[in-house]
Amino acid sequence: MDTPTKFAHIKGWGSDLDHANRPAYPKERTPPRLDPPVHWKEPEMQPRHVEVLRSTERPAMTPVFGSGQPPRGLSGGMRRFAFGYSENDLRHWLLLLLADRIDVGEGLVEDLASGHVPRIYSEMGGRAELQHNPVGAAKKALAVVAVLGTAYLLARRRSPRR
Amino acid sequence: MLALNYRGPYRVRASQKPDPVIEHPNDAIVQVLRSCICGSDLHLYHGLVPDTRVGTTFGHEFVGTVVDIGDSVQNLQRGDRVLVPFNVFCGSCYFCQRELYGNCHNTNPQATAVGGIYGYSHTAGGFDGGQAQFVRVPFADVGPTKIPDDLLLEDALMLTDAFPTGYQAAEMGGIREGDTVVVFGAGPVGIFAAKSAWLLGAGRVIVVDHLEYRLDFVRNFAQCETIDFKSVDDMAIHIKKMTDWLGADVCIDCVGCEAAGSALQRLTGVKLKMQAGSATVLHWAINSVRKGGTVSIVGVYGPTFNAVPIGNAVNKGLTLRMNQASVKRHLPRLMEHIRAGHIEPHKVITHRMPLEEVSDAYHLFSSKLDGCIKPVLIPPGVTV
Repeated sequence: MDTPTKFAHIKGWGSDLDHANRPAYPKERTPPRLDPPVHWKEPEMQPRHVEVLRSTERPAMTPVFGSGQPPRGLSGGMRRFAFGYSENDLRHWLLLLLADRIDVGEGLVEDLASGHVPRIYSEMGGRAELQHNPVGAAKKALAVVAVLGTAYLLARRRSPRR
Repeated sequence: MLALNYRGPYRVRASQKPDPVIEHPNDAIVQVLRSCICGSDLHLYHGLVPDTRVGTTFGHEFVGTVVDIGDSVQNLQRGDRVLVPFNVFCGSCYFCQRELYGNCHNTNPQATAVGGIYGYSHTAGGFDGGQAQFVRVPFADVGPTKIPDDLLLEDALMLTDAFPTGYQAAEMGGIREGDTVVVFGAGPVGIFAAKSAWLLGAGRVIVVDHLEYRLDFVRNFAQCETIDFKSVDDMAIHIKKMTDWLGADVCIDCVGCEAAGSALQRLTGVKLKMQAGSATVLHWAINSVRKGGTVSIVGVYGPTFNAVPIGNAVNKGLTLRMNQASVKRHLPRLMEHIRAGHIEPHKVITHRMPLEEVSDAYHLFSSKLDGCIKPVLIPPGVTV
């Protein structure tokens, strides 16, 4: 098979055929090709100012971690509870997903409590939808109107019976 | 500073947040010049990644200028322009010693499978990301790489994730001269995987997607054949027909947990969350590759479980390789490819939008509107 000629029109074809040219071959390399190498044996510990949850599958805190969005409120309680289970336990992940959904509600309350009324349509990219998919936007608007209208009519039907 | 603020599934906005500060002696603060939205950000945006907390700033693909450094930083100075690999890694742990930077054990207390990733939920360490004006960069002596003067800023931006991930996907395929390679997904990573398959000596590259504009793009960028999976009854039969009924030598999954193509997988994985997203492409890859072939996976999946045809993989004697890309180890070689003119990564960028319009940018990308392949965000006040 005369592949080099056949693929001559493809820029760079076969330039890494030789394994020596491949950065990840073999896939693990010791020591690493860091230039320069690290100048510590063990990294210093990052001071901890906020609550950071830790997997039960590791004995100690990592030297570095993200410190944003510490657990808060009901969702935070669920996250703490979830971290009582290992990553090997499905409950860990399902509880975290549930906490995420609760967190969304808490975020809305937080916004309103701080005097910020979220512009939900705008946050969902409504302007881009109107500009680039007006038919889709119209269909979604109709669907919302239909759902709200149906709910309204059902509510009106029930009220005379009371 | 202005930063993306995640408010819940399908809801993000740009809002004011406190500037990041040095929290560790080896931290740097980087002023962001460009950041991307990545296809895997969409998994966060759609609420599929556990422990994605409201208030988080996404963004793991960014380049910028160093504006502050911690006491122990030796290799960077204020004013340096850097590209920052999406992995947060220490360079010294057991895994970093083996160049598995995507699996660093010193940066993510909240999970052990993956190391830290900027702006990728608390499952990936809880680090705020680069879709912001400023970002905290831990282990600044190890991760950031100075951008050479002869490298375009937006080529450097593609080196933070999309190009190295596509390259690693192809490399993990163990491609040999003349191999037939099928790449599932014509997003940026799939596009780069297809291009990389040629660099590694493939004899045939086929890309599968269902959006005609993406298939057009990858045909032009990577000179490959394409398949619109919506026009195909059964992917495995189709690939086998194309390959003398043997199957492809290498199949690459560049899609991950939100794959279209199977109503049942979408219902159980994406809508009902009974599994960690839809595993459609895993099925296609395992069933379309030839016996003894290799399946390479860089599409993102959740940490729970997926219904995967592992029995077929066993019976076919497949090699399965997968990982988050260890970006740092690919950079020198990929820069050589750019310099040699083998690839112009910035050409996958189709949209450049102000950070203030991040809600629209996410919607545009997520809904595949306006021919969007790769959107880039530009923070306010940035002039380059």
